[in-house]
Amino acid sequence: MAAVEGREEPAERPLVPRERPRSYYGLPIVRRPAWTWEVPLYFFTGGTAGALAAVSILARWSGQHRMGRTARRVALAGALVSPALLISDLGRPARFLNMLRVLRPTSPMSIGSWTLAGFGTALGMAEAADLAGFPVAVTGTMEGAAGILGPILANYTAVLLGDTANPTWRGGRHFLPFVFSGSSLSAAGGVLCLAGPGEGGAASRRMVVVGTALEQAAFLAMESQLGPLAEPYRTGTGGRLARAHRRASMAGALLVLGGGRSPLLQRLGGALAVGSSALLRQAVYRAGFQAADDPAYLVESQER
Amino acid sequence: MSSAPRQPAVALPLWQAGGTRMGFFTDSSVCIGCKACEVACKEWNGVPDLKPAWSGNSYDNTLRLGADSWRHVAFVERVRQDDAAGVRWLMSSDVCKHCTRAACLEVCPTGAIFRSEFGTVVVQDDVCNGCGYCVVACPFGVIERREDDGRAFKCTLCYDRLKVGEQPACAKACPTASIQFGPVEELREAARARLEQVRGQPGGEEARLYGADEGDGVGGFGAFFLLLDRPEVYGLPPRPEYRRRDVVTMWGAASVAAWLLVGGLAGALRWRR
Repeated sequence: MAAVEGREEPAERPLVPRERPRSYYGLPIVRRPAWTWEVPLYFFTGGTAGALAAVSILARWSGQHRMGRTARRVALAGALVSPALLISDLGRPARFLNMLRVLRPTSPMSIGSWTLAGFGTALGMAEAADLAGFPVAVTGTMEGAAGILGPILANYTAVLLGDTANPTWRGGRHFLPFVFSGSSLSAAGGVLCLAGPGEGGAASRRMVVVGTALEQAAFLAMESQLGPLAEPYRTGTGGRLARAHRRASMAGALLVLGGGRSPLLQRLGGALAVGSSALLRQAVYRAGFQAADDPAYLVESQER
Repeated sequence: MSSAPRQPAVALPLWQAGGTRMGFFTDSSVCIGCKACEVACKEWNGVPDLKPAWSGNSYDNTLRLGADSWRHVAFVERVRQDDAAGVRWLMSSDVCKHCTRAACLEVCPTGAIFRSEFGTVVVQDDVCNGCGYCVVACPFGVIERREDDGRAFKCTLCYDRLKVGEQPACAKACPTASIQFGPVEELREAARARLEQVRGQPGGEEARLYGADEGDGVGGFGAFFLLLDRPEVYGLPPRPEYRRRDVVTMWGAASVAAWLLVGGLAGALRWRR
């Protein structure tokens, strides 16, 4: 007769179990995501594009036009790739327009879909207006709209993960937006470092450093708040990705800080900042799998 | 219990239509583990079969609720604490809880998941685009995306049968009245009375109602349970939770984070020499 002790049961178990059963045959209670690889990648492309759109309008205001244009064009590329990634993840891609069938304030995904739709439209119009030689005010207005939606785009994905039953995502719900914000800022700086040390080189370096600092601080705070629920960020695939992210992110910030005038080191630092931002989303995503698969996380978090 | 629901004239929300919230009371103390509910549900709703496999977990080869199992009978075997020779065998038929505050419904971006005139939570399969958000939002891991189909599926509380005044297939098939169907208010009263009875019997010391309280984390279930042990023993979360308040505080944090991002950017740009 099998005692129901979950999978952590030792090989030699006492006849009468001393511990009370904590699960049903060790089976998960909440589900792991049904999403595919496109979703964490989108968290990165959308976040980076969002931050770059904000760069674009702020650079315009501070007179750094060349940098602003680069930021806007990369943001536009992100705004084109992002919906494609999201649509291909859907179980029924042909029904992607149903995302805009209603606006549901209680659904971060609904708010995000509308944000992304507006963001892409505004950026596309800004680019078209620029190319067609429309008055600067038209381009600027469209850029401004994208610049307002951009930071929301960088953050709502954190709310989306927090608003689930997953114990590790849910437990970190008030910190994840800061982690994603910092990472998007650093990735935007990284993109501009990669684009070349032309105009705005110092500004893009500062973006990387400030973004990395915010992201690392918020991640540490999240881990300490999570307590035992932070384990998926330390073990298994989630742990490996989280460590890789931390190293790449720190190395990127140090390189752009200490790289001096070397364009090669600046570019390398920028690439590390961009890559670490993609790794971060993967780490958070994968940690969610581990948190869902072991029912002990959920049961413990609800008994605390 | 076969009180047929009244058929409302219009499909207004429950509270507007003055309708009666219908639900299940699953009394696990009389469940005999026959799985008639699982079979009846599959038959009536055309739910695809599972690939046959022996789990080794007692008589349970269904394992958990999902896109292709809308009723699931759990078989819990426990060596008794007080008597090393005895084993305690608990059975319980699990189902979608049709929460008062349903996370799946609140997060559904397409509006495919709705609250029916019976107070139940139903997926419209002609609207669902398979975004998968409900799958991670459900505190019970009930709803799931069907891989070959791409859309999300779960118990409808036999919406089609309710509309014509019939009771759900599982309740009709249950031979011991472990699954009772009716107005939730009435079921709650019956459940409280039943709990008193069970508590006084041997083996009923730890009996409890699960999801019958409107004050719980999801505002009570439309389909609640009488369990003979703690919820996690049956694979159920001890304190399931979904609160709109959390969404508000999360957006608060996200707003502050967004301003920090903009502030960081502005700082980085303006201080350029």
